[in-house]
Amino acid sequence: MPQYYNIFTRVQVRNPVYPGVPLPKGRLPRVGKGGFPWITYWLGKIGDAQIGPIYLGFWGIFSLMAGFLGFFLVGLYMLASVSWNPIHFFKFFPWLALEPPPAHYGLHIPPLWDGGMFLIAGFFFTISILAWWVRVYVRARDLGTGTHLAWGFATAIWFFLNLGFTRPLLMGSWSESVPMGWFPHLDWLSGISLAYGDWYYNPFHMLGIGFMYGCALLWAMHGGTILAVSRFGGDREVEQITDRGTAAERAALFWRWTMGWNASMESIHRWGFWFAACMMITAGWAIILTGTYVDNWHRWAEKHHIAPVYPSTGVSDPAAVEAGATGEWRVYPYLPGDDGSLPGAEASGQATEAAVTEGAAQ
Amino acid sequence: MKMGKRIVLALAAVGAASLISGCEWSQNLPFEWPIGHKSEELGAPGLGMQFIKNEQIWKARIAANSDVPEPQPPAAQGGPAASTVYQNVPVLGHLSIGEFNRLMVAMTEWVSPDEGCTYCHLPDDMAAEGPYTKLVARKMIEMTMRTNEGWQKHVKDTGVTCYTCHRGNPVPQYNWSNVQPRKVPARLANLNQNLPSWDTAMSALPYDPMSLFLEGDQEIRVTGPEALPIGKRRVMTKQGEETFALMFHFSKSLGVGCVYCHDARAFERWDFSRPARVNAYYAIRHVREMNNEYINPLVDILPENRKGPMGDALKVGCSTCHQEVYKPLLGARMLDDYPALATSGKAAEEPAPAATEAAEGGSAVKTALAE
Repeated sequence: MPQYYNIFTRVQVRNPVYPGVPLPKGRLPRVGKGGFPWITYWLGKIGDAQIGPIYLGFWGIFSLMAGFLGFFLVGLYMLASVSWNPIHFFKFFPWLALEPPPAHYGLHIPPLWDGGMFLIAGFFFTISILAWWVRVYVRARDLGTGTHLAWGFATAIWFFLNLGFTRPLLMGSWSESVPMGWFPHLDWLSGISLAYGDWYYNPFHMLGIGFMYGCALLWAMHGGTILAVSRFGGDREVEQITDRGTAAERAALFWRWTMGWNASMESIHRWGFWFAACMMITAGWAIILTGTYVDNWHRWAEKHHIAPVYPSTGVSDPAAVEAGATGEWRVYPYLPGDDGSLPGAEASGQATEAAVTEGAAQ
Repeated sequence: MKMGKRIVLALAAVGAASLISGCEWSQNLPFEWPIGHKSEELGAPGLGMQFIKNEQIWKARIAANSDVPEPQPPAAQGGPAASTVYQNVPVLGHLSIGEFNRLMVAMTEWVSPDEGCTYCHLPDDMAAEGPYTKLVARKMIEMTMRTNEGWQKHVKDTGVTCYTCHRGNPVPQYNWSNVQPRKVPARLANLNQNLPSWDTAMSALPYDPMSLFLEGDQEIRVTGPEALPIGKRRVMTKQGEETFALMFHFSKSLGVGCVYCHDARAFERWDFSRPARVNAYYAIRHVREMNNEYINPLVDILPENRKGPMGDALKVGCSTCHQEVYKPLLGARMLDDYPALATSGKAAEEPAPAATEAAEGGSAVKTALAE
């Protein structure tokens, strides 16, 4: 007889095939009359063995259509950029992209093949993601559940819209959007950090990273704890919230002994939800403040004494030293003074100017 | 566990630790790095400005750049000036006849060892204005003299010779020319990016930063020097990608990482940078001058097989001399043996305008470096 193990197990828990509760009036039918629902052994290994039926409904179909249209436009442009050569399409696929319009178009509508298609694809992706949000909301309502998932998803949409819509709008150029392509969007990511003075000094980026790593840590702690107390019925988490049994007591006691305090069977799920939501909320701020409110995050962090101070290497900007080579660029104001005064101190600007004058005199 | 097993395990651990930490090619790196890497600290402790070298790659680079030809035996002292003996020697006429011939022999060895003198000279009339290679060689000698005389903030007193780039090839192996735009449907705007390229380290960044920055004079600086946006921003993320691509060209050409010049926590800051960045600043302007003043004017006399696919000359990039090491020929001082190339011999005459400009800033930079 197979036995249940709480790390890797061979036992599959299966219900009889179940199509779900009756749908409210006026909803489209579920998809899957022919083969659905069916049972698969292999999916049963990692989740529920039953596949389907899926409910698409109006918003689901609308969202998928808009999404596929955007997806198709990206693929079409990528294929065009290799002269419709399917072999090159696959060979160079990681490098190909639908790029946002060049900067000189600003917020104007560019020609179709010079960024216009990017705006159209972006429009369809936005429609798709918003329709999917409605779908998540309506599904929850129809099942009589809370709408937590819809609001969690909304934080991700806030991040998405800031990247591709709000920030470009505030910056006055669609060119600030993220290219739609594999390597190009990664290059964009390091590029925007370089152009705006290193995002590691962006406090909202810091928070986003903290919450993201926090999510992973909380998941590991929670998953581990529940599996560890499943032998006492800890897997019945919902019951244990209101009717605390020995599993909940032991799990709580474990963490109280380990770190002096514990989340409760209910609150751990709030921790998870808010860490995930805060990750997207803070990351959204990291995006939208870059270039609009803060131009150089490292300078900003230094001004507010967030960045540590290391000794100067004593190297000066040759363009500033040659005075006038690139006149619009100021002498950098944060060189430490001769007395080792901290960057940002009032005297340092004068010290720098003096150094330049001295250099020019020699 | 039995005692014997424990001893074996302990010995194995000690052995593994000494294997990892003991040999030269695994110094200063955390244990998880594979054997065969070495790290050199380029900045203040704690900054992580590590120059990490892979043993195999680095040894291959050293081998490829260590082959420096023996200097030609010194020329006899004195003798008449070359211009009094030979006709049509406008650039090297001030040399003594012995020094002149010695340089010709050296140049043949450096540039056309297989083709010999007739690669640049007509066999029956050495003084003739032809073939085209002779005119090119004359311009290149001028370029070398100008480099050693006017661009010491790039080449220091090590200087360059013909061999620094040529390495025994009539055309230096590492060169660049305008990239043939990929064939796209007529309506599609050309992107100049999103294809793999050696110069941009196989990223999807713009693949021809050389013509923007090493021939054109596009502004390289993309990061604003103020915490908050002041006035209108001059550059944005997309232009930043072009600078990013140029930096990849640098990195690939010199076989170094970002931290050879920059402190990666704030790339834009000069007061955090290493002195090598000042060299690089002048190097960019030096290479621009070479391409615009010396290489491009030759394009009309070059035959088709000496041009790029777009009909432009094969131009100088960082890799042309550096060839994947941070000092060409690993700093070999070839110029010391050929003082004829160190100066045009016309120093008293008016220097070129760029030289004047560079000379004014030079002392200040040296002061800064000395500090």
